[in-house]
Amino acid sequence: MSALIDYTLHLADNTLILGQRNAEWCGHGPVLEQDIAITNISLDLIGQARSFYQYAAELKADGSTEDSLAYLRTERDFKNCLLVEQPNGDWAQTMLRQFLFSCYQFFLYQQLQHHTDTRVAAIAEKSLKEVRYHLRWSSEWVIRLGDGTEESHNRMLKAIDELWRYTGELFIPVAYETETGIKFTSLKEAGLNNIRIVFNEATLPVPENVYMQTGGKTGVHTEHLGFILTELQYVQRAYPGSEW
Amino acid sequence: MPVQDFEKIFQEKIDNEIKIEPKDWMPEAYRKTNIRQISQHAHSEIVGMLPEGNWISRAPSLKRKAILLAKVQDEGGHGLYLYSAAETLGQSREEMINDLHSGKAKYSSIFNYPTLTWADIGAIGWLVDGAAIMNQVMLTRTSYGPYARAMVRICKEESFHQRQGFESLLVLSRGTKEQKEMCQDAINRWWWPALMMFGPRDSESTNSDQSMKWKIKRKTNDELRQNFVDMIAEQIKTLGMKLPDDMLKWNEERRHYDFGEINWEEFWQVVKGNGPCNKQRLVARKKAWDDGEWVREAAAAHAVKRNKTKAA
Repeated sequence: MSALIDYTLHLADNTLILGQRNAEWCGHGPVLEQDIAITNISLDLIGQARSFYQYAAELKADGSTEDSLAYLRTERDFKNCLLVEQPNGDWAQTMLRQFLFSCYQFFLYQQLQHHTDTRVAAIAEKSLKEVRYHLRWSSEWVIRLGDGTEESHNRMLKAIDELWRYTGELFIPVAYETETGIKFTSLKEAGLNNIRIVFNEATLPVPENVYMQTGGKTGVHTEHLGFILTELQYVQRAYPGSEW
Repeated sequence: MPVQDFEKIFQEKIDNEIKIEPKDWMPEAYRKTNIRQISQHAHSEIVGMLPEGNWISRAPSLKRKAILLAKVQDEGGHGLYLYSAAETLGQSREEMINDLHSGKAKYSSIFNYPTLTWADIGAIGWLVDGAAIMNQVMLTRTSYGPYARAMVRICKEESFHQRQGFESLLVLSRGTKEQKEMCQDAINRWWWPALMMFGPRDSESTNSDQSMKWKIKRKTNDELRQNFVDMIAEQIKTLGMKLPDDMLKWNEERRHYDFGEINWEEFWQVVKGNGPCNKQRLVARKKAWDDGEWVREAAAAHAVKRNKTKAA
């Protein structure tokens, strides 16, 4: 049970933190249509986070709510992967982060929709429709920027250099993932294969032999997470016990 | 046909409630007034994303965060329909955006006020969207077809936003002492700027007469402002809060609320660019546009490559 709770929280934290990051673009996007698109993706991710937090709260059955789980846990409790907490950087970095995460999420949810836990399976199945769109949209952007101008290509190279080292931990199971039944080897193969196809079309190299950073899934984060939570949790913590 | 005849036919259409469509003949001043007004409206939606957007990261619950994200996203969508409606009159979106950045085009002054606490988000929904709706409901019947049709869609979403804003304040008004104070404080700060949204008094308004004749507008600034005051003066009773106006009082004879005088000096100063946030709003919009230039260039370059591949 405790592994399932931790795993559900991990899924929730991933989507909350990426949703929070993407929302920083709202009102500041490079063109209005894309401003709307990234905000929409943020909204989908927050929606997924809510479903997972609500389920985790039910499993905990200790008075926890979606909000207490999102707003009152601290840096070391959050189990999101390191990738999602990385700064937005420029549009290239945000697009690459979204692509890498959506690619992972797409193949993960495909497995999770058949999970033995029917609630997790149902949330994954429902979210898969959204993730398919996120993956398509972000793939198009990776291709467009990789195979656009010299500047956009160079910015994508820089983004890969920045973010690739956070992809390793996605495929290394931690304790609460060992009983999930997820086939990590095929997840990694499918993910990498998809990345190769998109990078190839984008005329971008797939990095090799990069030393991978790990720790997010067990609560050892980069320095960015503390700042994200400070902003996210400020009102709840300033006015404890209030309804909003 | 002489121009006078075109003008006569045009005015007859307006008098007979027939919508003017993009390819119809129209007086140059009608075209210009519509471009000015629709693009100003579009810019207001886009600039309006900033004061509200800055609370998305700090929204106090996941539900409120989702509602706010959806709302700000709707505003972006409204901006899009409106830019498209204005484009039917022959000005490109890029030209309109350049006019915004150069200061030639205006946007609603209300967005030059800062959002200081969470309660401001509720107050904007209730008061600012509430004031906007007064104007927008009227505009669903405006004489230029594409604008009127865009407004029908926008109005549906705006009235939803207004209810959400009110509901959010209602929760605060029933909450802790601090929440009640936050709620009242936000109302105090947003009330007068919301009244200013209707523009100068009718006696001072330069564009009104012609706009009424062309049915671009159907109610005057003062009429709309009065309708708004009458609506809010009733709604605030449910919140158990007060409007910051000692002159506010029901006038049985007029069957309207009387209310105090707007600070017109402040109104004109904000219009001229001296509001609390005029500078930072424009800087933020320009920065988004300038930072996005390489992205737009890359997208265009890639589209050219893709078309070439297709053609080959």
